[in-house]
Amino acid sequence: MAKRSIVPFGPQHPVLPEPVHLDLVLEDETVVQAVPSIGYIHRGLEKLVDKRDFKQYTYIAERICGICSCGHGLGYCMAVEEVMGIEVPERANYLRAIWVEMSRIHSHLLWLGLLADAMGFESLFMESWRLREKILDMFDETAGGRIIHSVNQVGGVQKDMDATMLNHLLEAVKDIESDIKPVVNTFLQDYTVQSRLKGAGVLKKDDAVTLGAVGPMLRASGVEYDVRMLGYGAYKDLTVAPITSTDGDCYGRCEVRLKELFQSFDLIREAIGKIPSGDINVPVKGNPNGEYFMRIEQPRGEAIYYVKGNGTKYLDRFRLRTPTTSNIPPMVEILKGCQLADVPILILTIDPCVSCTER
Amino acid sequence: MNKVSKSPWLLHYDASSCNGCDIEVLDCLTPKYDIERFGIINTGDPFQADILLITGGVNSQTESVVKQIYSQMPEPKVVVAVGICACTGGVFKECYNIKGGIDTVIPVDVYVPGCAARPEAIIDGVVKALSILDAKQAAMSKDGR
Repeated sequence: MAKRSIVPFGPQHPVLPEPVHLDLVLEDETVVQAVPSIGYIHRGLEKLVDKRDFKQYTYIAERICGICSCGHGLGYCMAVEEVMGIEVPERANYLRAIWVEMSRIHSHLLWLGLLADAMGFESLFMESWRLREKILDMFDETAGGRIIHSVNQVGGVQKDMDATMLNHLLEAVKDIESDIKPVVNTFLQDYTVQSRLKGAGVLKKDDAVTLGAVGPMLRASGVEYDVRMLGYGAYKDLTVAPITSTDGDCYGRCEVRLKELFQSFDLIREAIGKIPSGDINVPVKGNPNGEYFMRIEQPRGEAIYYVKGNGTKYLDRFRLRTPTTSNIPPMVEILKGCQLADVPILILTIDPCVSCTER
Repeated sequence: MNKVSKSPWLLHYDASSCNGCDIEVLDCLTPKYDIERFGIINTGDPFQADILLITGGVNSQTESVVKQIYSQMPEPKVVVAVGICACTGGVFKECYNIKGGIDTVIPVDVYVPGCAARPEAIIDGVVKALSILDAKQAAMSKDGR
């Protein structure tokens, strides 16, 4: 038997924008076990419900994570709205859907860039991030911020998009869609990229279900599951079909995310076509009393928001189960038996968001 | 400052940020802002870095990591706190696990506020850091180090 050695990976590591630590147990170059240790970004945000009232907490919820900021604000607000029985105007639902789909495009393009960077394919990284700038410019124009948008509030949205903004958004989507084709071709057809992604980190369908994978990780293993199918918010009127792949390897996960980009382009166009006119928020009276579980589909998968109110303006409890939390057990599973050089790519293909996970 | 006297290498570390400032730091390197045209490279290695960009406030677990990274960087070195959390603790100041800004642990030379700090502001902070780096270099030569 080869000699075992332990290689520490992180917390400060060139491929990771965020700190996470793994102890990799190696036999020669093969990983036999990966032991994650987390807590580098734990801030204790859930406890802040004691100090901020339920309306102010929306701003904290948006800062759980900078990449999925819009989705976290949405999930929290929808949970509180369900507790308080607030009916949100239809226009607000559509605006929320448009912003969330925009943030999905931004998140997936960011991830594609990071994957290319992990492979050492610098020009592909730059190209993906160049395309992402167009969406960030649209966020800047419609919401006033590039990363943290603060568009959601309990009872609707804070900002409206006028016809000019919607037209600009349509143009931006059209531009990205035509510019992205060479990037998609490189990811899916290029021999070098395929040799890094194909057959690496295979997660079987049964394992994906048993270990509780969510989002693109689950869909890449062939399970048709997307929380948007439940039809929350504006999704009841929009066409959402889960995008799946059968292989369950890194290539499959990359393919699912690339196709989801095009799905988001279509959803934005459909939502802009159907958006009704009217109010964008309703006044909120009283305090939340009761509890609710809200599920929404974030770019990384299903996120669950639990809210418990006690009739005062301060919530009793806010709890969040993030997609990355559920994807860590499958990640540890696919790391077993891989080569040391593949570790950064395997970790990246779950699209880890440590800041959501540790809060 | 009229000219860039050195092509500095950056090291970026996320102390406990929400990712917002981190992706903006990475954004500075990509085609729209492209600070690589000044010869600035994002390195992953503390031993080769001149400027440390830190995002997020300090919590109990990252404290030792921040100190270690800072001590591994060669002199002269400049620390830039990116984002309001790195400056003061920001929106997370009252969280039980946040000690405060980066300056509670290591000396900070440039503060870049914002939530999230915009790439223009980060580039401005790095340019300010360059002149501080020059001043520190001059002071070291004067001491004969």
